[in-house]
Amino acid sequence: MRRWLTSQTMQQSVFVGPALLVYAAIMVLPLLLGIYYSFSDWNGVSSHIDWVGLKNYKTIFTDDPGFGRSFWFTARFTVSVVIISNAIGFAIAYVLSKPLKTRNMLRTVFFMPNVLGGLLLGFIWQFIFTRSFSAIGQATDIGFFNLSWLGTEATAFWALVIVSVWQGAGYLMVIYIAGLTNVPSDMLEAASIDGATGMQTLRHIVLPLIMPAVTICLFLSISWAFKSFDLNFSLTQGGPYKSTESVAMNIYYEAFKSNRYGLGTAKAVIFFVVVTVITMIQLSMTKKKEVEM
Amino acid sequence: MKERTYGMKWFSVEIVVLLLALLFLAPFYFVLANSFKGFAELLSDTSGLPKSLDWSNYERAWEVLNFPRALRNSLLITVFSDLCIIVVSSMAAYRLLRHPTRINRLLFPLFVAAMVVPFQAVMIPLVKVGNWLHILNSIPGIILCYTGLGASFSIFLYHGFMKSIPLEVEEAAVMDGCNPYGIFWRIVFPLLKPMTVTVIVLQSLWMWNDFLLPLLILQKPELQTIQLATNSLFGQYLKQWDLALAALVMGIVPILAFFLALQKHVIQGITAGAVKG
Repeated sequence: MRRWLTSQTMQQSVFVGPALLVYAAIMVLPLLLGIYYSFSDWNGVSSHIDWVGLKNYKTIFTDDPGFGRSFWFTARFTVSVVIISNAIGFAIAYVLSKPLKTRNMLRTVFFMPNVLGGLLLGFIWQFIFTRSFSAIGQATDIGFFNLSWLGTEATAFWALVIVSVWQGAGYLMVIYIAGLTNVPSDMLEAASIDGATGMQTLRHIVLPLIMPAVTICLFLSISWAFKSFDLNFSLTQGGPYKSTESVAMNIYYEAFKSNRYGLGTAKAVIFFVVVTVITMIQLSMTKKKEVEM
Repeated sequence: MKERTYGMKWFSVEIVVLLLALLFLAPFYFVLANSFKGFAELLSDTSGLPKSLDWSNYERAWEVLNFPRALRNSLLITVFSDLCIIVVSSMAAYRLLRHPTRINRLLFPLFVAAMVVPFQAVMIPLVKVGNWLHILNSIPGIILCYTGLGASFSIFLYHGFMKSIPLEVEEAAVMDGCNPYGIFWRIVFPLLKPMTVTVIVLQSLWMWNDFLLPLLILQKPELQTIQLATNSLFGQYLKQWDLALAALVMGIVPILAFFLALQKHVIQGITAGAVKG
């Protein structure tokens, strides 16, 4: 082997170079450019870009009710999805870590919705909410199925939550099951000998021991719900009356439909900051609750 | 022991969970059953089984989606992006871990930090950058994007996994006169196999199902992925459920087959990815 080929500089370039190049071109450069454009009036087409200072940010906070509304929707949506999907995901995991006869098949079933993308899921559920529900409603006369699910603001919101929970619970279940199998069985036996009830064991022994899984599940579900785009796009198109338009959709429309790229990038910067702050707070809060075994 | 503890209590729990599982499967039933019905039957009898297996919806959807083309594009993008991500990030992770120079100790957290950046925060300027680099409307272009977007997480996973590989193995290879590239590809990379499977599983599910990046990068009809083709079908044939449901089933089948065939790896991959993450 020739000497220069194995020099440290050459090795560094061969091993790290490709990763660094794509990373710089696809992540770092757009992120920095985005921050720069957020202070400009770029319209996406014109090569002439004027520096406008904080104008875009001022517009967003004072003269753009749409963005505030989409943030409010996304916040409510995230809270609902995170709580419900983790509760259901954990409950299923808890039951399926018991010696049930069909548990392997059941795990597969609960996970299945997750392998489909949000876009297809949205279209599937559009059919379920509009056609299947009304068919069931006519046959059984249960009020729940006779609602116009995608037609009103409140029901469209819950329609999105239902589909997201249906999609995400199985993934969280897998992680919770992995956490639960790591709980040493002698601890559970000791608890039951000491006369702890099922609830007490769950609350004081199981939960503290699976905090690492909780940390991850919260992190994942927050990030899915907060960045939600595909599902809203295909299930409700943000409607009715833009009531289910997520922040991601709002940014997308601002830039690529209204051609206000400057304003769009400013929104993206705000979005980025909010996501980072929420993630940091969540991680530090749940990490603190983790215990050493 | 197990047999004795499985009493009435767990039997009733099992029944409840089975019912919940049926509820989880119900949407699949509705889509599949109705995809074989004609439009009139679909409207009059939505919950019943189809009276006959009528494949004509599928024939139409196959044409409208241009299914072979969409499938080929999706496959090409997913497979080659997986390949690029694996090569690029396993090599980077190896060097960053084994040569902790000052630069490398700075680079690793930089890569990892990108994991929290939401795609929507970079998508608008990314189109601009894509324009400069001439990677818009091209399959290699979108593969490059996926490599850049997926590298952080994969580097992180490989980095964590490599810590458990003993240095002695590599030292022995150096003694035998193996050069650094040979050591990586012949000795280290094969040992990374479990993590490579995890990376393939996690990245494939993400890229196959991704809609937003292809929507921005691939605007020519001949480059449509399955997601894009489905989306434009829904835009063109509004509320034509007979056609749309058949199209949806066709979109679901490949990824569902992938999952059912590699189920064990998928579940293990998610667990491994989560524990490391």
